[in-house]
Amino acid sequence: MGSEFVTLSLTPLLIGIFAAVACALPGNFLLLRKQALIGDAISHVALPGIVVAFLVTGAISTWPMMLGAAGAACVAVVMIEGIRRLGRIEPGAAMGVVFTTLFAAGVLLLEQSDTSSVHLDVEHALYGNLESLIWLDGTGWGSLVDPQALAYLPVELPRMAATLVVVAGFIALFWRPLTIATFDEGFARTLGMRTELLGLALVLMAAIAAVAAFDAVGSIIVIAMFICPPAAARMMTNRLDVQVGWSVVFATLAAVVGYVLAGYAPLWLGMADAVSAAGMIATISGVILAIASVFGPCRSRAGAPSGV
Amino acid sequence: MMSVLVDALLLQMGYNATLVAIGAALLGAASGITGTFLFLRKRALVSDAVSHATLPGVCIAFLILVGLGGDGRNLAVLLVGSAISAGLGLWCMNWLTGKTRLAEDAAIGAVLSVFFGFGIVLLTVIQTLGVGRQAGLEGFLLGSTAGMLYSDALVIAAGGAAVLIAILLARRPMTMVAFDPDYAAARGLPVGRIDMLMMGLVMAVTVVGLKIVGLILIVALLIIPPVTARFWTERADQVVILSGVLGAVAAYLGAALSASAPNLPTGPIIVLMSFALFALSLLIAPNRGVLAAVLRHRRFQKRVHLRQGLLALAQDQTIYEPLTLRLLAQSGFARADGVATHAGRRRAAKALRDEMRWDILRRDQAQEAAAALYDGLREIETVLTPDQIAAIDRKIGTPQEV
Repeated sequence: MGSEFVTLSLTPLLIGIFAAVACALPGNFLLLRKQALIGDAISHVALPGIVVAFLVTGAISTWPMMLGAAGAACVAVVMIEGIRRLGRIEPGAAMGVVFTTLFAAGVLLLEQSDTSSVHLDVEHALYGNLESLIWLDGTGWGSLVDPQALAYLPVELPRMAATLVVVAGFIALFWRPLTIATFDEGFARTLGMRTELLGLALVLMAAIAAVAAFDAVGSIIVIAMFICPPAAARMMTNRLDVQVGWSVVFATLAAVVGYVLAGYAPLWLGMADAVSAAGMIATISGVILAIASVFGPCRSRAGAPSGV
Repeated sequence: MMSVLVDALLLQMGYNATLVAIGAALLGAASGITGTFLFLRKRALVSDAVSHATLPGVCIAFLILVGLGGDGRNLAVLLVGSAISAGLGLWCMNWLTGKTRLAEDAAIGAVLSVFFGFGIVLLTVIQTLGVGRQAGLEGFLLGSTAGMLYSDALVIAAGGAAVLIAILLARRPMTMVAFDPDYAAARGLPVGRIDMLMMGLVMAVTVVGLKIVGLILIVALLIIPPVTARFWTERADQVVILSGVLGAVAAYLGAALSASAPNLPTGPIIVLMSFALFALSLLIAPNRGVLAAVLRHRRFQKRVHLRQGLLALAQDQTIYEPLTLRLLAQSGFARADGVATHAGRRRAAKALRDEMRWDILRRDQAQEAAAALYDGLREIETVLTPDQIAAIDRKIGTPQEV
């Protein structure tokens, strides 16, 4: 655990953890509201948004791309609602129509435009480039207090940290209304809460987390982290606050173990190169979910032990 | 460009393009038909999990092939691998929804992301094994038809035909389960096993479609054609057939279009074609389409305004509402300044009299069933016989001379 760790692994590890937790937090509520697949939809539709932003600005720069992805997410929400209402189609199918179409449009745009000069392709969008977010100026633990080296931190790190703060702040601030509206929307409305606004804000938070994480770590982590840690946490407890705590633990665990396994396990097995960290983190989150759903104390629908 | 497109549509673009277009049309028909049952069962997104879950199987089959000394390009073996891992994914999903407290959407998302993530890990493992050998595998993500062989087309055609035959044999129980699983269970049908069959067919279509449209977009072929077909008809058997036709047309057009110009990847073009058909149906379908709904609304609006306008004329009230005035003028019941014409006065008197008749009818408890049809618009002649109307008129009395 020397200077090499700080240079090569510290920042990707932190970015991975921040991204995982930022997605897992809203994921808890989405899971309980049966909107778990929103993460899936958002990460599919972000692609055309990013490609359009690239075509407009002509460069890989962060803010236009984030705006593009957010814009695409809004377009998708409007399209899903529109198709659902105008065509009287069940929401799942409406979602399927919209996100596959937008993703196909994104792929087509990507193939049609000249992106060979820049690093923008479908594979990158799917599994990100977590491993490449290294901190060249971080030459040792001492660099953490060296302002000059800190200035050259990968920009994804502060951005992901800020996203985490925003998402966590939203959930802390609206904890009570969110909880009530999630479990009993009718009751929440009788208390005078604007439940549809609240639901929209939650989806918006999820979109912010997804788009920020998408940029840094690719869409596959986003989908996995929206669902797996909260689902595993759901098997552990019947209390929402405890569940959110467990989900943060599971998300962190998946990020750390996944990153370490992706980076070092192939070397232990004698392979020359590391494997995809994003894919490994998603896999580990699945392993955690599998363990939780076999051994978790509250795994079954009925008959959860009392007093947990 | 146009002539190239026409050539492509008429299968004049050479051997490979012809092969792809026919294969795609077969796949489109098979997936459209299979997807209908899934859509009617309200489980459309299950196909998303199934398709993403194929990736690890493809990679493992490839690794095994390479381990045995081959070059890993045997499509049939890769497809068997993908079918096994898709089946495993399906089993995991059923287990999660059946044995734990997770809802189906969460189980779909969990299986989708974890299997896909693991597949990507395996993909990077394959990349580190040797450069160039993985070239065929990335095509499974988004589909690649450039190097399609005759044997590949045969595999796709055979798979598609098998799916169609299975559906032909099991269409009645599958329709029943898709519409009303409880009733099907009460009739003694093995709902669980029929659901399994449905999922198995979805899996088969997904596996067959991997080569052409890729695992991310095959979902679109299973969802969009049934949704489109639903706009045009209310009968399940017609939805199934129409959805198959729409899927085949979209896939054929898409494959031809993508062969007509460079940089038009087959999978996305086919999906966009399906969406174009969907958007068209959403707009112009009779009855369920947006245009039809707008027209229906306008017709209703016109009837309400005319009726209210006539009642106002009959009671000598001044009409200020511009739409009512315009409608009355158009029908020749009033002049532009709102003064009733002769015909207008006659119709207005009749409207007022009809209101009175309804009023009496609704007070008569013996006529409760007929009175329930009152909505302020319905002509009373459509509810009562002339004799009954005459009976009511006797209660009202005839106009008195003043």
